[in-house]
Parts: sequence; structure tokens; C-alpha cells
Amino acid sequence: MPQPILRIENIHKAYGKTQVLRGVSLDVYPGEVVVIIGPSGTGKSTLLRCVNQLTVPDQGRVWLEGVELTAKGTDINKARERIGMVFQDFNLFTHLTAVQNVMLALTKVKRMRPEEARAKAMAELEKVGLADKADLYPAELSGGQKQRAAIARSLAMDPEVMLFDEPTSALDPELIGEVLEVMRKLAEEGMTMLVVSHEMGFAREVADRIVFLENGVIVEEGPPEQLFQDPKQERTREFLWKLTELYGNHGGSRSRRRPGCS
Amino acid sequence: MAYFLRCLKFILPAAKTTLLLTVAALGIGLVAGLLLAVARIYGGKAAAGLASAYSRIVRSLPTLVVLFIFYSLSSSLLHISGVTAALLALSACTAAYQSEIFRGAIQSLGTGQMAAARSLGMTRPMAIRYVILPQALRLAIPSWSNEAAIVLKDSSLASAVGATEIFRRAQQVGAAHHDYLPAYLACGLIYFVLTFLTNRGLDLMQRKFKLKL
Amino acid sequence: MLLTEIAEELAFAWRILPELMKGLVVTLELTGLSLVAGLVLAIPVSMLRTYTRGPLNWLATAYVEVFRGTPLLVQLFVVYYGLPEMGVVWSRFFSAWLALTLNSAAYQSEYIRGAILSVSEGQLLAARSLGMPPIQAFRWVVLPQALRLALPAWSNEVAYMVKYVSVVYMIAVQELFTRAQGIISRTFKVWTPLLEVAVVYLAVVYLVTRLMDSVERRFRIPGLEGGVERREMV
Repeated sequence: MPQPILRIENIHKAYGKTQVLRGVSLDVYPGEVVVIIGPSGTGKSTLLRCVNQLTVPDQGRVWLEGVELTAKGTDINKARERIGMVFQDFNLFTHLTAVQNVMLALTKVKRMRPEEARAKAMAELEKVGLADKADLYPAELSGGQKQRAAIARSLAMDPEVMLFDEPTSALDPELIGEVLEVMRKLAEEGMTMLVVSHEMGFAREVADRIVFLENGVIVEEGPPEQLFQDPKQERTREFLWKLTELYGNHGGSRSRRRPGCS
Repeated sequence: MAYFLRCLKFILPAAKTTLLLTVAALGIGLVAGLLLAVARIYGGKAAAGLASAYSRIVRSLPTLVVLFIFYSLSSSLLHISGVTAALLALSACTAAYQSEIFRGAIQSLGTGQMAAARSLGMTRPMAIRYVILPQALRLAIPSWSNEAAIVLKDSSLASAVGATEIFRRAQQVGAAHHDYLPAYLACGLIYFVLTFLTNRGLDLMQRKFKLKL
Repeated sequence: MLLTEIAEELAFAWRILPELMKGLVVTLELTGLSLVAGLVLAIPVSMLRTYTRGPLNWLATAYVEVFRGTPLLVQLFVVYYGLPEMGVVWSRFFSAWLALTLNSAAYQSEYIRGAILSVSEGQLLAARSLGMPPIQAFRWVVLPQALRLALPAWSNEVAYMVKYVSVVYMIAVQELFTRAQGIISRTFKVWTPLLEVAVVYLAVVYLVTRLMDSVERRFRIPGLEGGVERREMV
């Protein structure tokens, strides 16, 4: 049994009077794709932000490959170089072109020489299909292109784990597919991914494990077949039923039909 | 008419002092204002509190009051000229207003930019320098242009503490010939032209550096 | 002994307070009168600039550009020395009020103009389609919304006025700052009057800001602010 690459232990977080996370624990293994689902406002994003300490949990600990991120002495900036994060609102740097966005951390954090950084940046943009848009500003890109550029920006740091915080929720329906495609390729290449999403089709096909988070606790977790076909908990069943009602059997992605789906 | 032109000739050389005061005060105010804004948003409780207090207090005071405070300071403690005291006073005032401008610009960026920069492993100072400020400065340009025009016009108040700038010259020539109105109209014209040119120049800058959002 | 010095200064500060308060009354009078007169002048000016073309528009625009493009101090002196030449000899207070009004109206007309432009065209169209003639549509539909949209900028203008009335010191109108200067030149004490007047300004501006905040809260429409502000007070 391999060691988990990411260990999340007993995370508690409250905002004011609202207790958002009540003791969430999760192990993620190398190469695993874990998709977190659940009703809005249940702390899914907060959990993700607790991993790279953008949000500091009130209680609980996080380890990345044996290094405790929540410990006092840890250099969190160094740790963040090994964790990539993709945001719902993309958060591309508006004053820089796409390639400059990807290059910034390479030159400033990894101290690469500009030529090296540019070469690497172009390679990453190539991988997400944006090589021809490298010199455009974020304002000149479509939503799907922005998100792909954001993914390239995080990937350029060669992280060991990628966190995705509702990556397609802010996109128009016809643009969701291109981003999910990039994510799927990434999964196939063996990247460890922790994804918060409503895209049930994606979850079904790509996830190794699905985690259902509600009211700050993990209600159920398991492989997609198990959760979708035979959920153990009543609440899981209810939630999935609601989603299927809303989005159809393919979750939120209305533009992609995969062969063999019912 | 001829007198009006004579006034213009007499007053015009002082435009140098006016421009010097304006540009220097804006420059000092820019650096100080940025530091104050960063302190308020990213600093610890003490730094943020001090910066906030400074901004509130100075913005509640008339420019004339600040001018006289510095003037009195200068004559009793520092022995500097009227112009220098005026410069310090104008700088202190514009720093407070500029800190508000930059604070607003930084806040309008939202928290996502900092989050993205930090998530890539950048330290806070790095993020502020390479991600936040480049964008905030561009966003601030329109408000800043407004402030620049204000400082130019406020420089006229430096005459009250003896600085020999445009308005003071107008007072002088008017008093010398006991004919005041043309003198003040002449100085008004000069200010108008200066303000106009400043606005145009900054407009061009705004167009060149505009952030595509 | 330091303590006795401080006690003396405080006693002095207390003694001069009534005189400063007299000056404050004049400051507030000038502020209020100029703001109101400024508003009355600003509305037609903004209307001319928004809805007319040709000479009327140019006149209004020239007025606004000149008064926004020159210092208040210069405008004050032009009015002060200009009025007698035109045969109008009233008090300094009148000159001060007139200059402040002309200055404020120029800025206020910009806020209102910006606010008018922010009121969507659809509003006017809807009013016209109900059979309202243009002036009525403006008066009852556009203007009320524009005035509310301009409120934040207007609150700023109030705080600005309170401070900039001090400029009339230069023509010896006995308002707050002038009184303080008078005390300084009479008693040769510089720091106590100066700091005391600074404290008074802090208090007055604070109260005015709070007052305008509650006015804003009562009347505000969520949405855009109109035009360019002088300087942010909030």
C-alpha cells in the first residue's frame, strides 16, 4: 500500500459563528484523482484552501509527502511551489500576457533565466492548446482560454499535486468542455488531483474516488461506480438525485456526449 | 490691455516655482502614498492603524492649516525657506489623498490576485511588487490625474507662506501698479493653461498604460 | 515645570475657544450658502451641457472648464477685485460667497452631469412614451435619480467646502482660520491656536462626514457614482 502523497487530518474551520469544516480527514494517494462534491457553501473550497494554507485551519494538520504544512517552522512558500491551484475566477494577472503569466513565477520564484522560463512557458501553453495565444492579454481571451492559461501557469511549476477549485463554474457551457479535456489529459498522465466540481460527467469518468462533503463533514466517499449506482448513505442518494434532475446524467456539462453513456 | 500683457510677462517666470512645487510634491506624495496604502492593506495592526490615522487626520485639515503648521515648524525648528516648507506641506497633504487612491485601486483588484500569486509560491512582498502594484497603479491613473490637477491648483496657497510662485507674483505686480484685476486675470490664464496641459499629458499617459480588463 | 506650562496652554486654549467658535459659525454659513447656491446654479448648467448644442452648450462648458481649471484662490481675488470694477460694492463676505458659489457650482454640475448620463436612456424613453413632455420627463424621472446617484460625490463636496472656505482668510473674512490667525498675530502664541483650530477642523469634518453618511444611506440608489470627485473623503 503506497504512502499517501497528501494527508489531511481533522480540519476544523469556522468563519465567525459559522462552523464550515468540522473535522475533515482525507488521504490522497499519488496519481489519484479525487473529486469533492456537495451542496454550495459546505466548505469544499475552504478545504482546498486549507491544503495550501491560503486559509489557515483552526484545528487540524496537513502533510505533503511527509512534510507537515501546518507546522510552525515550515516554509510555506516553498511548499506552495509543489502544489498547484486553479481558481474558479481564473485570477490571471491582467497586466501580463498569457506567456508572461506563466513565466512570472518561473523567473521570480524559481529564479529561472528569462529565456529558459519563456521556453518552458511556451511548452506548457502548447500542452493546453494555447501556444498561438501566448502574447495576448487575459482580457483578449475567452473564459475557457483563460482557465487553460491558468492551468498552464500552475503546471509550469511542476507541482506534485494540483488543486482545482470549481474550475468550470464560471464558464459558459460551451467552454466547459475544453477545460475538462485538459484536466482529463492531466489525469491520464498520472497527476495527483484534488478537484471540487459540479461536473458529474467528469467525476464519473475521471475520478478514482468521489468524496461527498455536506455540512462540514464527509458523508461518504468511494469509487464513482459505487457512489453513483449504490450510495450507502441516504443523503448522498438525495444529493445525487437532485443533481441528476438539474443537469441530466452527464452532470453540468451539456456540450459533451461520450459514447456509451446512458 | 498692454498692462495685462505686462502682468503676464512679470508673472510667467514664477511658473517654474509652481511647477517645481507641484511635481516635487506629487513625487513625494506618490512614494509616501504607496507606502501608506500598502501599510494599510498588508501591514500589521500597528502600521495599518498609523497609516489610517495619518490619512484621516490630514484629509480633515484644510491645506492652509497644514501649510501654516509646516511654516511654523520651519521657522522655529528647522530654518528652511518658505518654499521648502510649502513643499513639505503640499507633499504631506497629497500623500494622504494618494494613499486613498492607491488603497482603493488595490482593493478593487480583489483578493484573487494575491491568492493566485501566493499559490504559485510567491512571498507576499514579491506578490505586492510584481502582481498587485503593477495593476493597481494602472487602475489608479484617472484618479491620480485628478489629484495632480488639484496639487497644481493648491500650490497657489503656498503664496500665503511666502513662496514666490504664480499667485504671489500676481499680488506683487497688482500692488505695484494699484491695478489688481488684470494681474489676477493674467495669473488665472496661466493656471488654466498649465492645468489644461497637465490634463492632456496625463490623458495620453492613461491611454498608453490603460489596463485591459 | 512642564505640567504648569501645559495647564497654562490649556487655559489659554479654553479662553480663545469662543472666538474660534464665532469664526466657525461664519465658516459654516459660507459653506452652507455656497453649497446651496452652487446646487441651484449647477442644475441648469448640467442641463445645458447634457441636452443642448451650440452657443449655450459652449458657454456652459467654458464656465465649467474655467472654474475647474483655475485655483479657488485666484477666483476669489478676481471676484473680490472685479466686483467693484463692475460697480458692485458689497461686503467681503459677499465676494467670498460668490466666488465659492461659482467654484462649487462648476464641480457640482460635473457630478450631476455624470449622474444624468448614468441614468439609463430607457428611463427617459419610458417617460416620453407615457406622453410626458421633455422638461417634465427630466424633472420627474431623470433629475430625482441623478441627484441620488450624485449623492456620494456631493457628500464629498460638502466636506471639501468646509475645508476650502479657509481660503477666504486671504481676503480677511472672519471665518474660523482667519480668527485663528488673528489670535496668533495678537498674542504671538503660534502652536496652541494652530493646533486647536486643527482639532476643531477634525471634529467638524468628522461630524459632517457622519451626517452626510446618514443622509446618503437614507437616499442612496445602489449603483454608479457620477463624475469626477475632488478628493476622496470617505
